[in-house]
Amino acid sequence: MTEHTLLALGAIVTAGFTMAIGALGAALGESRIGAAGLDALARQPDESASITRNQFVGLAMVESTAIFCLVIALVLLFANPFIGTP
Amino acid sequence: MNPGIFTDTVLGRFGVLPVTSTMVTTLVTSALVLALAAGCALAIRLRPASRLAAAGRITTAFLGDLVTQAAGRSTPALESFAGTLFLFLAAATVVGALPGVAAPTSNLAATSALAAIVFLAVPFAGLRAAGPAYLKHYFRPNPILFPLHVISELSRTVALALRLFGNMMSGHLIVALIVALTGLFVPVPLMALDLLIGFLQSYIFTILACVYIGAALRVGGGE
Repeated sequence: MTEHTLLALGAIVTAGFTMAIGALGAALGESRIGAAGLDALARQPDESASITRNQFVGLAMVESTAIFCLVIALVLLFANPFIGTP
Repeated sequence: MNPGIFTDTVLGRFGVLPVTSTMVTTLVTSALVLALAAGCALAIRLRPASRLAAAGRITTAFLGDLVTQAAGRSTPALESFAGTLFLFLAAATVVGALPGVAAPTSNLAATSALAAIVFLAVPFAGLRAAGPAYLKHYFRPNPILFPLHVISELSRTVALALRLFGNMMSGHLIVALIVALTGLFVPVPLMALDLLIGFLQSYIFTILACVYIGAALRVGGGE
């Protein structure tokens, strides 16, 4: 194994773990938001417009952590500064 | 293999300045939004009962509500700033759904520029509302926290840029992957989801900009 192969292997494995763990955290957070939103909707159906809007904003904010992980995984795979083109 | 996620195709050169495809799509999107807005303004003046006039009124009322809700009070200057951001981002999403055109916001440089505008607008709004006294809030409640204030402003700017870029770019990437793996019409529902996410992200970008600038204005308001 040359140094380049080793670096590429490390980058690929790390990108996989980055996505896996990042998606796990975002999924847990988003499920809590969804559950809380449904709970609020069941209690106060009249406020559905405001609840749904705030819920979507919260969902997108939480999802951005997974998106950061995606960006980092893509940097590792396609724009890695330590792996020059062989 | 490099799918060109972080790069941009150079179409030509304008003097020493390279003209990239993102620059062209950004300019075309801005021109489209401007033309539509001018059409709405003209319709409101000349034919107040037409559909175009109604669309213009609904849009301005929506943006006014958004700013009042996010910033805590009605601020006309912030309304036009937020309206510009939201309409441009929404139009960019629609333009990105056209075949062969990448959304201008799926380029990291474009979203960073938008986030930098918000970053600069925050102290500008604070200084205009409160004068030099605005700068004092960086040293509250304790001067030791000055670096933390600066870091928080920088990191939220980076987060704004990366969030928009990641969402828009990942939508295109997923559609490209599904097309490569399956057939021609399979990714259509994903493209619809991409449109929804694009509008949602434009809304969130605008709301966050309003919240940041509204907080700076409230510091100026002497609370």
